[in-house]
Amino acid sequence: MANAHAHYYVPESSRWPILATISIFVMFYGGALLLNHHASGPMTLGAGFLGLVIVLFGWFGDVIRESEGGRYGNWEDVSFRMGMMWFIFSEVMFFAAFFGALFYSRVLSVEWLSGAGAKAATHQFLWPQFLADWPLLKLPQDYGFQIAKDVVPAWGVPAVNTAILLTSGATVTWAHWGLKANKRGHLILGLALTVALGAFFVYLQAEEYHHAYTDLGLTLNSGIYGATFFLLTGFHGFHVTMGTIMLAVILFRSMKGHFKPEHHFAFEAVAWYWHFVDVVWIGLFIFVYWI
Amino acid sequence: MSQAATHHDTHHEAHHATGITRWLTTTNHKDIGTMYLVFSLIMFFIGGSMAMIIRLELFQPGLQFVNPQFFNSMTTMHALVMIFGAVMPAWTGFANWLVPLMIGAPDMALPRLNNWSFWILPFAFTLLLGTLFMPGGAPAGGWTMYPPLVLQTGEAFPFLIFAVHFMGASSIAGAINIIATVFNMRAPGMTLMKLPLFVWTWIITAFLLIASIPVLAGAVTMLLTDKFFGTSFFNAAGGGDPVMFQHIFWFFGHPEVYILILPAFGIASAIIPTFARKPLFGYSSMVYAAASIAFLSFIVWAHHMFTVGMPLAGELFFMYATVLIAVPTGVKVFNWVATMWQGSMTFETPMLFAIAFVVLFTIGGFSGLMLGVTPVDFQYHDTYFVVAHFHYVLVTGAVYALIAGTYFWLPKWTGHMYDEKLGKLHFWLSTISVNVLFFPQHFLGLAGMPRRIPDYAVQFADWNMVSSIGGFVFGASQLLFVWGIVKCARGGEKATAQVWEGAHGLEWTVPSPAPYHTFSEPPDASTIEGGMR
Repeated sequence: MANAHAHYYVPESSRWPILATISIFVMFYGGALLLNHHASGPMTLGAGFLGLVIVLFGWFGDVIRESEGGRYGNWEDVSFRMGMMWFIFSEVMFFAAFFGALFYSRVLSVEWLSGAGAKAATHQFLWPQFLADWPLLKLPQDYGFQIAKDVVPAWGVPAVNTAILLTSGATVTWAHWGLKANKRGHLILGLALTVALGAFFVYLQAEEYHHAYTDLGLTLNSGIYGATFFLLTGFHGFHVTMGTIMLAVILFRSMKGHFKPEHHFAFEAVAWYWHFVDVVWIGLFIFVYWI
Repeated sequence: MSQAATHHDTHHEAHHATGITRWLTTTNHKDIGTMYLVFSLIMFFIGGSMAMIIRLELFQPGLQFVNPQFFNSMTTMHALVMIFGAVMPAWTGFANWLVPLMIGAPDMALPRLNNWSFWILPFAFTLLLGTLFMPGGAPAGGWTMYPPLVLQTGEAFPFLIFAVHFMGASSIAGAINIIATVFNMRAPGMTLMKLPLFVWTWIITAFLLIASIPVLAGAVTMLLTDKFFGTSFFNAAGGGDPVMFQHIFWFFGHPEVYILILPAFGIASAIIPTFARKPLFGYSSMVYAAASIAFLSFIVWAHHMFTVGMPLAGELFFMYATVLIAVPTGVKVFNWVATMWQGSMTFETPMLFAIAFVVLFTIGGFSGLMLGVTPVDFQYHDTYFVVAHFHYVLVTGAVYALIAGTYFWLPKWTGHMYDEKLGKLHFWLSTISVNVLFFPQHFLGLAGMPRRIPDYAVQFADWNMVSSIGGFVFGASQLLFVWGIVKCARGGEKATAQVWEGAHGLEWTVPSPAPYHTFSEPPDASTIEGGMR
């Protein structure tokens, strides 16, 4: 093992984990009440969320103080790296479930509904007029759904967003070069550009959703295409938002003089996360928008 | 006892909180391990009470005690509580206690995250068990949550989904912690191929958790949006497919089965060599077999759905992949038997449970092979044969290994020997009654009795009554287990550091009970013999 120093830093007892649990519990409880149409739902959800924000400040605050106080050497750093790496892998598998749903419905179940393979009877007895198509706008059953007029074309805003995210991946790497060369201004400029690009991506995505809902009639209720489209791009957009907030925290810390050229795990963790949302977007652009 | 072990870091000892705050805020792997194990034992009895209600209702044909809706809630909740509340937390509890001790680490790699992983569980189960008191009752569509049935759940529905999300976060955080601990915290000289098998099986389990739990989270999220936000993932009228849920669910669900059983393999591989006083036979083949089982677990999921109407190529692929798992599993069973061959065996309680594990788990494995063969499964699908199969695997498999492991390491945890007579009584009562409970369910299934049903045709009456009697005795016998644990925690013959004559490994070099902080200085590399010895 790479023992930079003999003692692994084991933090003393911490109240943050249990407070985090309680906050999330209150959020889930409030969310469930809200979905069940109880009047107390929104307030409870909001209280839990507020609690969680406070806990995150406290918990990360402790970790940052310990880090800046020199408590973490290479040995602790490796634990953090492994933690982040496998957390990102778990996120990849979360997206895999939704990509799986996209491929399954596109390749198998929509085709089966129009009688492909051994499914002639399914077609005959359920919706004999149904024709398989992708993107699926005309649904097997024509009532009870919001029928979309069209889908969002790939070579408009989504292509611009692809360029934005790819550029932001480059700017965050450029910022990393600045950090490693101990050029503070270079680091801060790189990060600020990345945050701005991230925020611009989220703005364009919100505009696109507005357009889809108001002009195209493409909603969550537009059958399997709308469902996969909004859940995939929605969870991705949520991750970009989180990533942008994380980048902003790192930018703020950089301005306060945190991080050293040889010791900056938090920066790298956020950069890895940012590259991960970038890669997921490439998958979305190809499989949801383009082909 | 090694010098390193007794040298604590007094700096930490001074700050250790007392009372309830100690448990709420602890970052110590032993405290957290204890909390996991106690929580799991409580859940074992809550889930067990539900099983008692099920067996009570099935004692005779006709509806006696509960209404069908509540009966269905009981089968659903029994499964959720036992899988996510009893067995999985118990394994994480064992890992917390043992992995740092076995690899010579001062603690888990991410101690605050470790506290969080545990404390999620009581809150997640408050969400889940609270549904028993809600309008519309607790979820009753089966633990597999198949749509469209599960979408008929009342107010309990979002609580069910969020409880699953919450437990999943706990499992993922716990798994990440174990991976970081094993790969970053091993004492110098503790190479990967020296790791005790329990550590190996847990790393593999951790990878299964990280890869499969997020898929479950995705599946239940789609259920939530289908119910409340108008999506049609599982609605054919909108171009979706209810069967798609089953694919996504079982992509999680089959690795989950190995999450429940792989650490049990690790426990058997620790106990059998100890009481046979021989090194484990075929150490490296055990590691490779566990890894092969884990890999195969990702490509066999649709054997849970042979009867849904898959294309023939799918039926064949999933059948062949499924029966292939018998090869690495067979390697394991033969290795355990070969370890005992010509050993100088003694039969203390942990060994009795471990041997029963090998025999009875293998019965569950064989019935699994039968179910894995597609045309045969067409007959057995959704019958009591399936119930018998997975209870042999999970009760006499996973739970027996948990009990064996508890008796094996209890002296290390408490510093006292448990009551051997009580342990043996617990073993014999459990082992006779568990077979009376589950073996007749094979006959019921082969004769065509469907599972998840509160009433049945009269020709199934006799074996159901036998099964229920076995169930009541098995349930009552577990009170002896609790009594034995409580007795051992409160006192008894002092345990030595090594505890068992044939025990090897770093955890047996520290005093019993293990001090609050161990291996603050890494142990001497020459004391590390490794899993092969």
